[in-house]
Amino acid sequence: MSEHQDPSNVTNPEHSEHHIVTPKVYAIVFVTLLFFTWLTVKAAFVNLGILNPVIALAIASTKAVVVILFFMHVKFQSKLIKMTVGAGFFTFLVLITMTLSDYISRAWGLW
Amino acid sequence: MDNTIVATNPSTTEAAVAEEHAHISLPQHRHHFETEEQQREAGTFGMWLFLLTEIMFFGGMFFAYLLYRNWYYDAFVVGSNQLSIPLGGTNTAVLITSGFFMALAVWAAEVRKRALLMLFLVLTTVFGFVFLGIKYVEYHEKWELHHIPGAHFDVSQFVNPKAYGLKEEPIAPDMAQKVQIYFSLYFAMTGMHALHMIIGVGILFWLMWRAQRGDFTSGYVAPIENFALYWHFVDIVWLFLFPLLYLINRHPM
Repeated sequence: MSEHQDPSNVTNPEHSEHHIVTPKVYAIVFVTLLFFTWLTVKAAFVNLGILNPVIALAIASTKAVVVILFFMHVKFQSKLIKMTVGAGFFTFLVLITMTLSDYISRAWGLW
Repeated sequence: MDNTIVATNPSTTEAAVAEEHAHISLPQHRHHFETEEQQREAGTFGMWLFLLTEIMFFGGMFFAYLLYRNWYYDAFVVGSNQLSIPLGGTNTAVLITSGFFMALAVWAAEVRKRALLMLFLVLTTVFGFVFLGIKYVEYHEKWELHHIPGAHFDVSQFVNPKAYGLKEEPIAPDMAQKVQIYFSLYFAMTGMHALHMIIGVGILFWLMWRAQRGDFTSGYVAPIENFALYWHFVDIVWLFLFPLLYLINRHPM
């Protein structure tokens, strides 16, 4: 129904063209996820000091982003859905940082 | 033209009636939605809101993990080394495969292929059960080795690992007690994750029953789509649990 290119369905979400993700895309994502799993196990056995947990979390986050964008279709959805996912990340970050700052700012723990 | 808001009663004009009928083709269409697409998006939006609550739910335990891993790092390293990477890594691959089949199930529903949809739902469920089976094997091993925190936890195997055949550095008794915190978080987080999987498998059986009747291959795919969101979310939780619980410090210093 929409005449013009509007991939994020901003102006006319009620009439957006429904995008179907192909099995080929899913297969590429599947292989990518398995590769990153192998990578994270391999990286765990190399002593990279402080970088070990950083790399582990970076790989896990990459896998999560790939699952969210493709398996969960978010890349092909409206701004509303994308913002909802973003709001979820934001609130989770608030949970972590605010609770962390509570612990760090008091002396009754090991910090 | 399409996005002009009709201020007056649209059903009074012939063109508007035809347009409105073009929007409503599914029996599941609810009257307060203008189009199928809008209804579908509202459903997806609602499902994501639920997943956001799930992020916060698991987030609390992830925070506890963050704190105690920093406070009692040595205990967490020793605890983590008691988990099996082959089993955990296999389980990660199993869940990724299960998610792959669930994504394909969504595609099959969208292109209206009933037999394929059934096949992919069955495969998703099978791999889900494989995951739970391996989890049971792991939990059973923890029970046998007295790693379950509480009355049956054996601290001495971490104070004097050599006597138990463990290739670990010994740690002080008070730090060895903290290994119980690691295992508490291990069981709480993987247990809550497994509960979500069990609920998911239950819903999958219901979906398979309905899919068999052709409920999802006539244009109405919302239950399959939204369940897939749930299933992928549970997968993502495990994608974080695996490195955080199994791979804390696997390199010899």
